Amino acid sequence: MSNELTIKDLHISVQQKPIIKGLSLTVQPGEVHALMGPNGSGKSSLANGLMGHPLYEIDAGEVIFDGVDVLELEPNERAKLGLFLAFQYPTAIPGVSLANFLRLAVSAVRGKETNGDEKDRLIPMREFRRELREKMQQLGVDDSFARRYLNDGFSGGEKKRAEILQLAMLEPKIAILDETDSGLDIDAVRIVGDSVSRLVGPNLGVLIITHYPRLLEYIRPQFIHILLDGRIVESGGWELAEMLEAEGYDPIREKHGVKEEE
Amino acid sequence: MADSYYKDKTKLQKGHFSKEFLQKIAATEPQWMHEKRLEAYALYESLPMPHTTEDDIWRRTVDMRTQDYWRRTRRFLRALDVEKYRPSLPTNGEPSAVDVPETGLPGLPYAEEASGVLVQVDGQRQHISNSEELKKKGVYFADLHTALQEQPELLRDYFMNKAVTLETTLKSGNIAQHNKFDALHGAFWQGGYLLYVPKGVSVELPLRVYINMSEADQADLSHTLIIAEEGSRVAVLEENASTTSDASGLHSGAVEIFAGQNANVTYVQVQRWNRTVWNFASHRAKIARDAQLCWVSAAFGGRLNKMNQASILEGAGSHAQMLGLAFTDARQHLDVSTAQEHISPHTTSDLMYRTVLKDRSQTAWGGNIYVYPAANHTDAYQKNDNLLLSERAHADTLPGLEIQAHEVRCTHGATAGKIDADQVFYLMSRGLSYTQAEKLIVEGFFEPVIERVPLESVREELSTSITRKLG
Repeated sequence: MSNELTIKDLHISVQQKPIIKGLSLTVQPGEVHALMGPNGSGKSSLANGLMGHPLYEIDAGEVIFDGVDVLELEPNERAKLGLFLAFQYPTAIPGVSLANFLRLAVSAVRGKETNGDEKDRLIPMREFRRELREKMQQLGVDDSFARRYLNDGFSGGEKKRAEILQLAMLEPKIAILDETDSGLDIDAVRIVGDSVSRLVGPNLGVLIITHYPRLLEYIRPQFIHILLDGRIVESGGWELAEMLEAEGYDPIREKHGVKEEE
Repeated sequence: MADSYYKDKTKLQKGHFSKEFLQKIAATEPQWMHEKRLEAYALYESLPMPHTTEDDIWRRTVDMRTQDYWRRTRRFLRALDVEKYRPSLPTNGEPSAVDVPETGLPGLPYAEEASGVLVQVDGQRQHISNSEELKKKGVYFADLHTALQEQPELLRDYFMNKAVTLETTLKSGNIAQHNKFDALHGAFWQGGYLLYVPKGVSVELPLRVYINMSEADQADLSHTLIIAEEGSRVAVLEENASTTSDASGLHSGAVEIFAGQNANVTYVQVQRWNRTVWNFASHRAKIARDAQLCWVSAAFGGRLNKMNQASILEGAGSHAQMLGLAFTDARQHLDVSTAQEHISPHTTSDLMYRTVLKDRSQTAWGGNIYVYPAANHTDAYQKNDNLLLSERAHADTLPGLEIQAHEVRCTHGATAGKIDADQVFYLMSRGLSYTQAEKLIVEGFFEPVIERVPLESVREELSTSITRKLG
């Protein structure tokens, strides 16, 4: 119960423009939810707002996770509670190796009571390397990946795999995947999809934010929600994804009287 | 007579930079050196203190403690009272009474293997060691006062004669108007060292030099002279540091490097004076045919830093790599002018300077590539990047080109920017605190410079200094 993510009547704006206009959703550990919506419906704003990006203004509502109102917390404190966001466009950090960064991140998230700044609070190098190598193999990424600068010069597919690798290493309770399938070819979508579905289990709840249903072929969600103009307009099961695949968003727009975004 | 004078510091209380002082030390030095000092002294006396509004080269130099950057006045450098500082007394080759503690001096790691070690504190040589390798190969490494006794001809030929000279400082151009302090140095230099590597000799391990200031109101006027003859190979790691965080000081230094034909020289200087030290320096390297110089200049300390650094590519096919790394905080000011002077054809140079600024610190970098008429097929590159961690920090960056030859490739660029909010958010969303995120971004920013440093121990030392500065 305590590990569920509860979003209640959330309102988010960006530069004074309301984007999310009263959204409620609950994700339990072990559940996979898909939030589907056309461009401009507010999908990425929800993801960034939930993780605490300073540009996304929370106007109203609450987000309770692990019994705590996470909207009061810094992004790193949300991560330590067990929230994870796989970014649509992961930021490059030149000069910082993936392994170096990830050791700090893993140490910070696992050593919850400390700030993780001190050397002795770092997870032992051998232990970390063994774990990293294991997870990289599962994801089918080369060993050299760990030495490369974080997202710097990565191809689209590499960036997404690096995000899933981080998800696997950080072992969150709730993972939000923001358009993780965008920009990937069909093989890459399969690899990423299979990797994520391997991670799904009783201790992980997943919220997949996506435009297209194709990633969902690999990670079958139990719940599908359709986001239009900042609100969830329909919730249901797999049949909703099938309907979208067949008919697109237009019938739903018509039904709810929402115009297509320019 | 002179000896007793040196040991009695009470006689040197006010107005240390005087003709009288030069007369006193004359007895211990060859006549030609005395004359050289007098000549420099006359120039020092005749030159006014640099002026912010009248001297172009000093236009961006600011003492942040007493000046307002945006409303600069004639009160430039008003807080600097040169006469307050005390030059130390030449040791004249005598071993000093002060021993180096077994544990080493603060901040000086001895663990690193070195073929030679020199430790100097307040202008006095405290320790020198030469490995069997150096002796066997005929390498000469000694403090400059000893060298003046033992290698007078070499010094007469090179010392402030070919690279950092009073004449070149009087010429117009980039290096020009910096001469007040070069003249001061020429007149009152003390401390420093001579490293002479004979033809064809390759020194396996680096030499390590520690130049320290310890007592308050010290003037350090150390002179570095490195002569690497044809086909030789050597690396020198030099550290300039204060042993206390608050003893005020003045450094007026010079570095002269001669890389002979086909020689390979690596010179690293890490400057960690405390934040009360005024730091002035002229560094010039002359690079002969097919020789290579790897030059690393790292600056962390000083109250006001004014530095000139020039690579003079004299011989065809010569190459200079200039790596710069600086990290300023509080109200530090760092002003660096660099020059890549391409005199001969097929010369290449590659400069990369990266600076991180914290708090209210300010930096200015002005870099020029000069391609002389004969220097066809020059390939020169320069890049200066600045990362500002605070709203109140300020970086000026002025890359420049002056090309008089044909078939030349010159590339330059400069950037200055604040820390990227998206990078910080990304790292924090993975559990890192803001402090950790900032630290990682800074380390990543310096990484392209550090990864090019050829010695592992130096890379580690630089990383440690950066971490310390991040606090």
